[in-house]
Amino acid sequence: MGKVKVVNVSRKFTKDNDTSTLALDNVSMEVGDEDFVCFIGPSGCGKTTLLRIISGLDKPDEGEVYLDGKKIESPGPDRGMVFQEYSLFPWKSVIDNIIFGPQMQGIKKKDALKDAEKYLKLVGLQQFRDSYPYELSGGMKQRVAIARALANEPSVLLMDEPFGALDAQTRNILQQELLEIWQKKNITILFVTHSVDEAVFLADKIVLMSARPGIIKEIIHVDLPRPRDRTSLEANVLRERILKSLLKEQTR
Amino acid sequence: MVKKDFQILSGKSIELISICSAIILWQLVAVYIVQNKFYLPSFTDVTFAFVGIISKDTKLGLFGLDYQLPVLLVDLIYSLMHFWIGLIFALVIGIPVGMIMGWFRTINRVVDPLIEIIRPIPPLAWIPFAIVWIGLNPIAAGFLIFIGAVFPIIINTFTGFKSVSRVYVEAAKVLGCNTDRELIRYVALPYALPSITAGIRIAMGVGWMCLVAAEMFGVSRNGLGYKIWHHYYLHNMDLVLVYMLLLGFLGLFIDRALRYYIDGKLLKWRKGVVI
Repeated sequence: MGKVKVVNVSRKFTKDNDTSTLALDNVSMEVGDEDFVCFIGPSGCGKTTLLRIISGLDKPDEGEVYLDGKKIESPGPDRGMVFQEYSLFPWKSVIDNIIFGPQMQGIKKKDALKDAEKYLKLVGLQQFRDSYPYELSGGMKQRVAIARALANEPSVLLMDEPFGALDAQTRNILQQELLEIWQKKNITILFVTHSVDEAVFLADKIVLMSARPGIIKEIIHVDLPRPRDRTSLEANVLRERILKSLLKEQTR
Repeated sequence: MVKKDFQILSGKSIELISICSAIILWQLVAVYIVQNKFYLPSFTDVTFAFVGIISKDTKLGLFGLDYQLPVLLVDLIYSLMHFWIGLIFALVIGIPVGMIMGWFRTINRVVDPLIEIIRPIPPLAWIPFAIVWIGLNPIAAGFLIFIGAVFPIIINTFTGFKSVSRVYVEAAKVLGCNTDRELIRYVALPYALPSITAGIRIAMGVGWMCLVAAEMFGVSRNGLGYKIWHHYYLHNMDLVLVYMLLLGFLGLFIDRALRYYIDGKLLKWRKGVVI
């Protein structure tokens, strides 16, 4: 199960000189189990902040966030997270990175290793089992980061522009792989992106946000059949609609 | 086998030529220009003095032991004892202090001004208090080496801990590593290890430099540093040079051994990093 409920969440960032920005203003939304939701919006709209609040790394000034009815107070292994920056521990080999989470839960190394091989296979990096992160390309690093997040068997996977730093080809391949993983593992994915193309290809629901104050402007249900064709007419129509809406935001 | 050794040697030919030329130059200057064994003993004088002293034995009277051992070995054992007393104390105190300062900001603000005031005092300025507090024994020599070694260790540990990237801490948190103890143990410590080991290397260098002075004020009748002064009083300048060179080579050896161990075993994940 992975139902996320965001209730009246506000988050204000105060700078030293008493100016404050309202990153999130009374945001409420619900995400159903096994949904793939993309958050998109102009920079500063609070999409990353919302994701961090759901992860527990940040706390809302007002409002609450629930996962399956349980209030979220701190980070926990029921929510995996993949960061935009490369976050693999550079002092650990690929396999040791993947078993880090399970080991923190107190699972024995032998059992954790057995499970980890499964996730390594899921992201197709078996031959890099004992490599160190510096030996991997950007795309491989993010694959391992996904495997590491999945190793805790979370019900929700939070992804903060995970493919933002990758080149276009690798990005397309990883999007495809992520969809396969999502279908195989039956988890909820919350995905922050700034790419309309990415959102239209991946999401069940696209959450359009606007900036200053950060609010949810519109939730678009994407009912394009899967597997999706990036260049189909329907996809293009949807893309245009989102782009226009974003443009209005930026010129506002 | 011999061929392989020869290949390694010929690969280092420029370095070899450099060392040989320096020795020849030294010998020529000593024999033909200075012409005085007291002011500058020649290479051959030092070599003969070294060969002479190698065969001399003395009694090792440590911890109730009573062995006849070569005098150089006894000096070495004493010096390493002084050195390790100081260094181990520096490690045991310096690493935890640096860790706590780097991780908890308030504690850093409490401790940092004190450290900044005490740190610039040269280690040798502590000699009077080392004698008054501890007395004329190996621990006092160790204390001076401790003073020299502890600050590089504290500061490098502190810097390493302070520079831990936020993304690793957050990644660890979402993976279920939440308490300060766990974060220090599993994230900050491995991340800071290169910086800590660099600090230990600097500390060993500084500690080794303090050794001569630490043994100078009579903490024991043996030790490489003590013997430099001993032979100076006896006007055996060739032996002074023998001990000086021994100190140099040992310092070099300790540094190299440490670096080999650290880079090869502990820090192989950093191979891609340009230092």
